[in-house]
Amino acid sequence: MTSHDETQPGGTPGDVPIPGEPAGSARVPDAEHEGKGVIHVVHLYPREMSIYGDLGNTRAIAARIRRHGYVPVVHQHHPGGEFPEQAHLILGGGGQDSGQVRVEDDLERIADRLRSMADAGTPMLMICGMYQLFGNAFITVEGQRLPGLGILDVTTQGNAKRMIGPVVLTTDFGDVVGYENHSGSTTLGDRQAPFGTVRSGQGNNGTDRTEGARTGNVIGSYLHGPILPANPTLADALIGYAAELATGRPFEPVPQDDGLADEARTRQVRRLVKR
Amino acid sequence: MASRLRGGGSALPGLVAERVDPGFLAHALSRVSDGIVVVSGTNGKTTTTKMLVAVLRAHGRTVFTNPTGSNFTRGVISSMLGELPLHGRLRADLAVLELDEAHALKFAATVKPTHALLLNVARDQLDRFAEIDHTAKLLASLAEQTTQGVVLNLDDSFISRIRDRVARGVSVTWFGVDESIADRLPELQEQDVRFDDDFTPPVAGPDDGLLKPHDERSFSILFGEYGSGAVGPLELQQRGLAAMINATAATTTARSLLGASFDPRVAAEALAAVTPPFGRGEVVMVDGQPLELVLVKNPAGFTVALGTYGSTPVATMVAINDNYADGRDVSWLYDVSFESLRERGVAVTSGVRGYDMALRLSYDDVAVEEVEPDLDRALDEFLARHPDEPKRIFCTYTAMMALRRTLAARYDLPDIGEEAQ
Repeated sequence: MTSHDETQPGGTPGDVPIPGEPAGSARVPDAEHEGKGVIHVVHLYPREMSIYGDLGNTRAIAARIRRHGYVPVVHQHHPGGEFPEQAHLILGGGGQDSGQVRVEDDLERIADRLRSMADAGTPMLMICGMYQLFGNAFITVEGQRLPGLGILDVTTQGNAKRMIGPVVLTTDFGDVVGYENHSGSTTLGDRQAPFGTVRSGQGNNGTDRTEGARTGNVIGSYLHGPILPANPTLADALIGYAAELATGRPFEPVPQDDGLADEARTRQVRRLVKR
Repeated sequence: MASRLRGGGSALPGLVAERVDPGFLAHALSRVSDGIVVVSGTNGKTTTTKMLVAVLRAHGRTVFTNPTGSNFTRGVISSMLGELPLHGRLRADLAVLELDEAHALKFAATVKPTHALLLNVARDQLDRFAEIDHTAKLLASLAEQTTQGVVLNLDDSFISRIRDRVARGVSVTWFGVDESIADRLPELQEQDVRFDDDFTPPVAGPDDGLLKPHDERSFSILFGEYGSGAVGPLELQQRGLAAMINATAATTTARSLLGASFDPRVAAEALAAVTPPFGRGEVVMVDGQPLELVLVKNPAGFTVALGTYGSTPVATMVAINDNYADGRDVSWLYDVSFESLRERGVAVTSGVRGYDMALRLSYDDVAVEEVEPDLDRALDEFLARHPDEPKRIFCTYTAMMALRRTLAARYDLPDIGEEAQ
């Protein structure tokens, strides 16, 4: 048990502010303030890889963990930093090419840790650029092959054309809405399951109606939005997996009022899906 | 009247002229003798252009500008048609043109600007420009094509790096903030994640303008050794740090254009008289109470707006549309902190994405009294709920245009095409 550790990576001066997230949320709580359990959340490369509001996913996760009666510890992992000792839920976002280049070496350094955590059932949500880096490889427009982590069996081909616009998916977590903005065209390996089926938008490649990828509790997707606030069923599923991992007990959720999220989502579905 | 019909905010007449004669712009601008100035960057173009034009005109210069916020090349041509004499060449000492990053390059392909004022780079309408780095490259390319002088933002490293890209013989002038307020820059700027660590930041010289605020409203712009040639102290009609920085950018540019004839006192008077461009803190009197319209279009702009108005909390409405001109992706709302609205709460959220806005606010623990996606109904509701106090609406571009139309039909406010006269 590593409580009271002031030197942990989260909350260091190098951290970026997460809008709305209270100060000190990187601190590990005292034993008497652990609620139903302490869930360690790690946002990978928030500075380099969270350009399209993806920090909102981390904010939504942390807020909902609290609403369910658990206590989040929000870590930020930066290039060259020490990866947190405990990690129950990993989040990553999209970035510019320059950001992607900057995290590659560090990602290779922590690759084995991430792979073993994925194998052990740690929930991970990787959006856009980080989704691509979790795949087998990214092949640039010039034909150069940049290897990825290989946690998801997907390969991405760089494209001149960008796929941009609002998206509606059918997923294991119900309808999911978001916004895609990517130039990479991603193909799933033969036995790789997608995250969802496209009802409106382009998805992985604009041709096979798949979007994202899912292996166990690891989900990759192109959807910004950010994806979690408007799709709370997905958020709570990730929290559920993390809670079990953190406490060794089944998830004990508290019923939530998601009226605004449900209204925001169903309005997008109605606007975008042609009947 | 005829010029109103031809000019205004419409890009249509310009579209026609562009089709008829691609050399139209070059011809029309060929007798503009003292400079063709392009103002570009993500935030503050309209305000800065208006201030620069005001300072130049106060010094007796005739200036052609595109005053309507129609900042594409076609908009420039459209405003021009209203002012062209028969031989088709503009009579003006200077042209000051507000152009967005992509259209500034299109313009430069036809007419090389003599001067460029580059304000900042922030995330804005990524569907169009895709990435910040790309936007910075567009501006660098504009600077490369500028023939006499560029004015660059000292404190925005996306912009200050452009220093190394200008042609030989082209002067580089800086505007920025005095070190006494350097700690407030992060609230205004994007993070630069690039890693050219060998970049040495520029240092201001005697011809560079530095903003030194004295309090929330009053400031000076320092030039010369120890600020010996200061403009101010003065107060703008538009509030906030961003407006002060825009004034600093405009004044530094005017000073470099006017040289020895620049008069600090004339500049200060001109700046103080500039009314806010529509939607940038414009105030409409509604039943004896001020209603402020504040345009928000990206995280940096919304953050600045909240910081500017946060010290005087009033009844608030937020209207978010997601049309092309608004930016179709609303993800950026999660890169803004809304904590300053927590104490008073928000009366109404509206627009096509009104529910997404309410959801966003709920994650910052900001109470929302009502969600009404229909803008007119939301406006009625907002006015009815808070009849006897000042009010403020933060809105995206098309939401503002719609609200403004409704307000114009009911209350006294200038047409959009008139506002910059």
